[in-house]
Formats: sequence, C-alpha cells, structure tokens
Amino acid sequence: MTADEETGARVTNRRSRRREVRLAYLLLVPALIIFAVFVFFPFIKNFQLAFYSTPPFPGLPNRYAGFSQITSVLGSSDFRNSLTVTVFFAVLTVPAGIFLGLLLAVLANQKLRGMAIYRTIFSSTIATSVAVASVVFGTLMSPQVGLLPWLGINPNPAILNNPTLALPAVAITTIWQNLGLSFILMSAGLQSVPEDILEAAKVDGAGTWTCFWRVTVPSLSPTIFFAAVVGSIFAFQTFGQIDLLTQGGPENKTNVLTYFIVTQLHVHQNPGYAAVLSIALFLITLVLTLLQLRFLERRVHYAR
Amino acid sequence: MSRVALEHITKRFDDVVAVDDLTLEAHDEELLVLLGPSGCGKSTALRIIAGLEAPSEGTVRIGDRDVTDAEAKDRDVAMVFQSYALYPHMTVARNVEFPLRARRVPPAERDERVAEAARALDITELLGRKPAQLSGGQRQRVALARAIVRRPQAFLMDEPLSNLDAKLRVQTRAELVDLQRRFQATVVYVTHDQVEAMTMGHRIAILDRGVLQQVDAPQAVYERPANLFVARFIGTPPMNTIEGRLTGGADHLVFEASGVTVALPAGLASATMSASPDRVVLGVRPEDLRLDPAGSLTAKIILIESLGHERHLVVRLDDGQTVIVRQPGDQTPPRDGEAVTLSANPDSLHLFDADTEQRISS
Amino acid sequence: MTADAAILPGPVTASTEVATRRRGGPSRRVRLLGRYLLLSVLAVIVLFPIYITVVNSLLRPAQIASQPPTFFPTHPIFSTYSDAWSSGHLGHYLFNSFVVTIIIVGGQVLTSILAGYAFAFLKFPFKRALFVLFLATLMIPFEVTVVQNLTTVVSLGIYNTYAGLAAPFLAWGLGVFLLRQAFLGIPRDLDDAAALDGYGNWRFLWRVAVPLARPSIAALTVFSFLTAWNQYLWPLLVTKDEHLSTVQIGLRQLRGTSLENVNITFAGVIIAVVPLVVLLVVFQKQLIRGLTAGAVKG
Repeated sequence: MTADEETGARVTNRRSRRREVRLAYLLLVPALIIFAVFVFFPFIKNFQLAFYSTPPFPGLPNRYAGFSQITSVLGSSDFRNSLTVTVFFAVLTVPAGIFLGLLLAVLANQKLRGMAIYRTIFSSTIATSVAVASVVFGTLMSPQVGLLPWLGINPNPAILNNPTLALPAVAITTIWQNLGLSFILMSAGLQSVPEDILEAAKVDGAGTWTCFWRVTVPSLSPTIFFAAVVGSIFAFQTFGQIDLLTQGGPENKTNVLTYFIVTQLHVHQNPGYAAVLSIALFLITLVLTLLQLRFLERRVHYAR
Repeated sequence: MSRVALEHITKRFDDVVAVDDLTLEAHDEELLVLLGPSGCGKSTALRIIAGLEAPSEGTVRIGDRDVTDAEAKDRDVAMVFQSYALYPHMTVARNVEFPLRARRVPPAERDERVAEAARALDITELLGRKPAQLSGGQRQRVALARAIVRRPQAFLMDEPLSNLDAKLRVQTRAELVDLQRRFQATVVYVTHDQVEAMTMGHRIAILDRGVLQQVDAPQAVYERPANLFVARFIGTPPMNTIEGRLTGGADHLVFEASGVTVALPAGLASATMSASPDRVVLGVRPEDLRLDPAGSLTAKIILIESLGHERHLVVRLDDGQTVIVRQPGDQTPPRDGEAVTLSANPDSLHLFDADTEQRISS
Repeated sequence: MTADAAILPGPVTASTEVATRRRGGPSRRVRLLGRYLLLSVLAVIVLFPIYITVVNSLLRPAQIASQPPTFFPTHPIFSTYSDAWSSGHLGHYLFNSFVVTIIIVGGQVLTSILAGYAFAFLKFPFKRALFVLFLATLMIPFEVTVVQNLTTVVSLGIYNTYAGLAAPFLAWGLGVFLLRQAFLGIPRDLDDAAALDGYGNWRFLWRVAVPLARPSIAALTVFSFLTAWNQYLWPLLVTKDEHLSTVQIGLRQLRGTSLENVNITFAGVIIAVVPLVVLLVVFQKQLIRGLTAGAVKG
C-alpha cells in the first residue's frame, strides 16, 4: 500500500474528505502567507526590478532599461571585484573550517578520560554570534590593545586597514566563530563511521593512519561534502563580519557580495542595481544546492 | 453487542482488487475469524468494517444500522491492532481512558470504567506505567482493556497475537476466548495462523486474493474443505493432493495415478459420476494414510521427521509427487529410502475437480 | 532521523581504556601524555579569544594596552559590567532580542507544526507541488530577498517595529520539513486507533502527534532560537532608532569606542553571550539534534 493511501485512512466518505482537504489548506495557510510575502514575491520582484533602472534623483519614475542594466552591472569591475573577494573569502574559510573541525572531532573522539570536557570546549563557539566574534576579534586586533605586539605582530598600520591582511583577518574571525558548528557536524559524522569496519581494518593490520584515510574519511565524505556546500552558501551570505570589521574596505578588498548589495541599496539608493546582484547571488546558491542534490542522489543510488 | 455484516463489498486500490464482492456476517456474540495468507484482503475487510477504509462498492451494517457512510468514530466498534497502537507518551491509565475522554464521559464514570476494565484484564497494578515499561503480553492486555472500556457494539482484532512469543500466544489465545464469552462479545478476528483460527473461531471465513472461499465452523472446514485452496491451507501438515484420473464405471469408480489405485466409496462415486469432471485431484490428510503391506499406493520413503509422539514420513510416489504420512510414535518406523505401500482410509477421501478446483461432494 | 546518533558525547568506555592503559609500557604512556597535551593546546587556542575578553573586561584601559598583556587580573574591576549594562543600554537591547526571538521561535514552531502535520497526515490536491514549493524556499537565501522585503515591511507599516523584525521569519521551510519527518515517524496505527476512539484530526494533532514529536520540536525550538538571536543583517536594516535595537546591533554601537572604553566593550560582549551560553548548557542535546538534522538528512 502506498503512503498516500494510508494517509487517507480517515477518509470514509465524500463529506469528510472535503473536510480533510479544507483542514489541510487551513493548516498550510499561515506558512504559505509568510512564504508568499517574504520569499516568493520579493524573489519574483527582483527580476522585475532588474529591468528598471533607478534615476539618480528621487521622485522621478523608474525607467525600463531592459537587459542593459543587467549586463552593465554584471560586466562592471565592481561586481567582478566583489565576486572575486567573495570566492576568495570562501576559499579562505570553508576548507580551513572543515579541516579544523575534522581535526578536533577526530581528536575528541578518542576513548580517553575527560573527553567530555574537550568536546564542550571545542563546541563552545557555537554560543557566539557573528557580532560577538567580530567585536572580540576587531577589538583584539586594534592597535591600542597590547595583544598583537606581544604576539610579535606589528599593529601599525592596523591590520584591518591593510589591503592584503584585512580579508584573511576577517576569515580568521569567521573560522573561529564557525569552529563549534564544524566540530559538532564532524563529530556527528564520526558517529556514523561503522565500528565493525574499523575493527576489521585493525585486525587486518592497518595502522591508525591507514584506518583514518581508508575508512574514516570515506565514511565521512557525505558529511564533509554537506559541510562544504553549506559552508560555501554561508560564505556567500557573509555580511555581519564585514559590516563590523572593515565596511568593505580597505580599497574594496573585503567588499563581499552581500555587503555590496546592501550598500547599493542603502547608501546608493539603487534597488535596480541591488536586484541584479541579488539574482546573481541566488544563481550561485542554486548551483551550489543543485550540486549537493545531485551528489546526494548518487549517494542514495550507491547505498541502496 | 450486535451483528456485523458486509454485503457485496468490493475494494479496489487503483487497479488492484483487494476485496472482491465479499458478503459475510458475524452474528451477535459470535467470534468470527477471517483467515488467509498475507495479502488476501482480510485486513482490508476489517478496516472497511472499522471505517478506516471506504469500500468501493457494497454496504456495511453494524446491528441494524447501515454504517457505510458513517465515520470511524461513529460506528461504535473497538479495534485491537497488531502493534497494539498504545500511545507511548501516556500512562496505561490514560491510554485506557483515552476513548472515554473523546466521548466526554464524566470523570467519575470514567475512573470507574477504567478500573473495571483493568480488573477484567488483571492490569490494575500497571495503570501508572508507560507502555515502554511493559512486556509484550502486558501491552496486549492494555490494548484489550482500551477496547473493552468503550463497551462497543463489536470488537475488531487485527492479528492481535502475532507479536507475542509462541508460549504466551497459546496462553493468551485461551484468555481471549474466555473474555469473549464473559462479555458476550461480537468479535471479528483477523489472522493468518490457521491454528489460532481453528482453536478460537466459532466460524472461520477463509479468503484468498480478495475472494471468500468458505465460511463454516472449524471442524466443518477441516472435514469438508470447499476447494483445493482451503484443503491445502487448513491443517498441519497440510492435506496431500494427488493429481490423477478416474477409471471404471458407476459401481466401481477408481482413482488412478502412477503407482496409485484408490477405489472410491459408493457415495463419493455417484457424486463424481454426476459431476463428470475431466481431471480430478484426490485429497487425503496425512493422518488418513497408513503404512500397509496390502496397500494400493506404492511409494518410497525420502525423509522421516520425528516429533516424538508422531512421525511425518515424506514419501515419493512413482510419478514424483510427494505425500506426507502421519505415523503414531509407537509404531515401528520405516527405513530411509525404503520402498513401502500405503493405504488410505476410504471414508476420509476428498475429491476435487482439477479445473474448477471445487470439491466434489457426496 | 536517528536521535541518539546525533548526540555528541560519543562512546566513552573509560573503564576498559584504563585497563588497557595500565598494561601499556612507558612508550604508551608517553604517547598518551602527548595526546592530552595536543588536546589541551588546541583547547587553549579555541578558548583564548573568549578568555582574553573576560580578562580584559576586568582590567583598567591602561592595563589592556600595556606590554606584556595581563593574563591573570590581580585587581579585577567589576564595575565595567554595570557600566556596559547602563551606558550601552544592554538591558534594553537584551529585552528587545528576547521579545523578537520569542515571537520568531513561537511563530516558526507553530507554522511548522501545522504545515508539517498537513504534509504528513492529510491527503489533499496539489500536496506534492505544495511540498516542493515549501522546499524551494530553502534555495532562496534571505539575502536575495532582503532588498524587496525592506520595501514590503515599510509599505505594511511595520518598519521599525517588533512585528517588522519578526515577520519574515515566522515560517521556515526546514522547520516544516523537520516536523513532517517527525510526524511521518508516528505509527499509522496510532492514527487509526485515535480515529476509532473518536478523535478528529485537530485533537489528534495536539494530544498525540505533538507530544510524540516533542524531541524534534525541541530541536527546532533551540535551533530557531539560536539563529533568531544571532540575526544581524535584518535588524540592522529594519530598525531606525536604538530603541528597537537587538543585542547584536547593540554590540555594533559598543564597538569602536575609544581606548578608555575598551574594557566596557569587552564586558558588553560577555553580557551578550551569557544568555546563549545558558541556553546551550541547558539544551545541548536538542541543539545538536537540530544542527545535525540537516546533515544527516542531507
């Protein structure tokens, strides 16, 4: 019997079936309204906005610009810079975050005494927010605070004003803030590594290192892939760290896509421009999501 | 309690006919067993009575009421599920009183009826526990208590014993029968286990692929199976069926297969002559066959299964058909591979038309 | 979803480990010591930023700038916390954060329960299409819609209000998905039994389905709380005056103050973190279930 037939179990006659349908829609309506107003409507509206350019003076009507606005925005050096910065930021944060999370998870997965304490410590940054991490790191990195000189780093000129170092500094802040989450994900993944296969490998004479690369990592690959995709999506949505630490500077070297969108909207009052950028952001997210779905599909086929 | 009747019920799921024109009635205070292999439509029939499935065609009656269009909750029947369907987050007491709450029974009466049902099933000391803290047998009792507490028109039971271990099942079987008598309950009981059906049912309804094969008292079904399906389904080990042909005339009709010659008794012979089937199948239960040096069936022993009090001899006839013979434990066993001759009790022969598979009755 | 697999504290069989350790020779003991050393060094690195924040929040500004930095405050100053609380309006911001977070969490949990039940238990036309539509919301990041949402909130007249802060987050596709899965895990027999016992869908939902889905609801609650509490972009855009600022925005105002106030900034950060630390200590299990649900499900 299929699931649908079973879920219809209560339905015995036409009258109550109508009642069931009515109840179903009633239950869906609250969520549907929210989605319609705050997800689907603005999503579609983006496409409309993208075709209209906003005049430089307020009060004038928007002008239909066709594809010209889209091509000009996507072809602009600002956009290319922003995209480069964002990709660079993802490259700096995602692999390092996964690697550190995995390292901590594997170390804390040992059957030793007191591991619970280490697990708590390693997952602790989950309690921080982007704002908390940014304020902590921003303040610690400021030239007035005595920490950097003590670590042998020259705080002048300020790191966050240095075009080369600003983005890596933001990346370190982000990696630290996400470390707890990464650790928890990888630890959960480790629980699913089949114990009997590990034992079989040990009986076959495999060392710790071989076990790790031949058994643990392959078993974890779905988790690692998930973390990579979700991490990349998050990286493309980075806003708070940039707003709190660098405001896109110095020399636009930290002007990531989301920050770019918001400044176009808020500072330059240019919703058309921002809409084109939003669509670009959506397409990037879509590609990443489809990549993951594709991979999951394959995994399911192999597993069954 | 009330009678429960299905009239020309058909149920289709897309293209599959789960129940095909089923007409069946459980009389007032009767324990009617629906028996059949899995997928035969017995559970669907039960769910149609309960109101959990709507029939594609036909009428359902409970008492004198046509309930075909009534919702499950308005049919006043209680159901015991194979999984017991206890609510895991509620105590036993809350589980038992749950149906009463839905019907807005006043609290005082509620408590009284719960206590009464708990006493009837001997679960009073379990009332404060959660289902997870109970054994399988205890859960089963709670499920029964939840059914009884409602004082319904009829009880529907869907394989209620199949999650119990073998020993507990035998014990609970007797208790269920006792309970049915005490409450003078109308029960429709679904099972795939023919031993359960034989020991518990006042009558047994046997279904196969959605079609009702036979309804009758257990002994009658055993002694006079209506067709080959019923003949093979009821009884352990099952009835032997041997394909063959008929020779001779009305006064001396003989069943013949390779190495098998069985003279039919007069009554059966005349019935057969009037039915005049092209090909026939002879049915003989294992206990109606015996080793007999003067027997007219020649066979070879291929396996001997000893159960202590009796033996099952698996023998092969000349044409390769296998037959099981039940031999009391105190008789001398044959040797493995030995050639033997058998004779059949002429009063317990069953003859079926090989084409229609129906019984040829004397 | 396997609940237990997602709960962090892994298989620790301390007693057997101790037994094998006693048998080990000196090289084994050295290796063991090395492991603990490595773990401890990493733990110190992870904790260092928070530790130094706590320390600096207890120092005078001059000490913070001094060389070498102070790592163990000998004369801690606790007045920084009351200063941060009053001058930073942190009490007020915390209140705002709580109000907005509770509206969001309540809304999200409610809409997820309702929609999740419909998708799990009811049969209705366009069920598949609607479910796909719900899942599709997960592919559209909030940042993509933020431009238009701001306009919408203004035209709805809820700009710069609690309602405006919460409205876009009152439903969440992942929440619906999570609870649908939880409801699908409830045996059908319970549904049938309840129908026979006289319980309609509505009462079955609240008396049976919701209590049985409690672990998933708890996970959703904690996860939803965490994300709502930590929101930054939307509260920044949708509020005009400090009166409605949440804690995260409050931190923005604490930042960048001059050296004399650095210790107060650090104290403010700690104050902002404390509610979440408490939440996480209490609801660790539920949070981890919520976080890993996506990964386990894919």
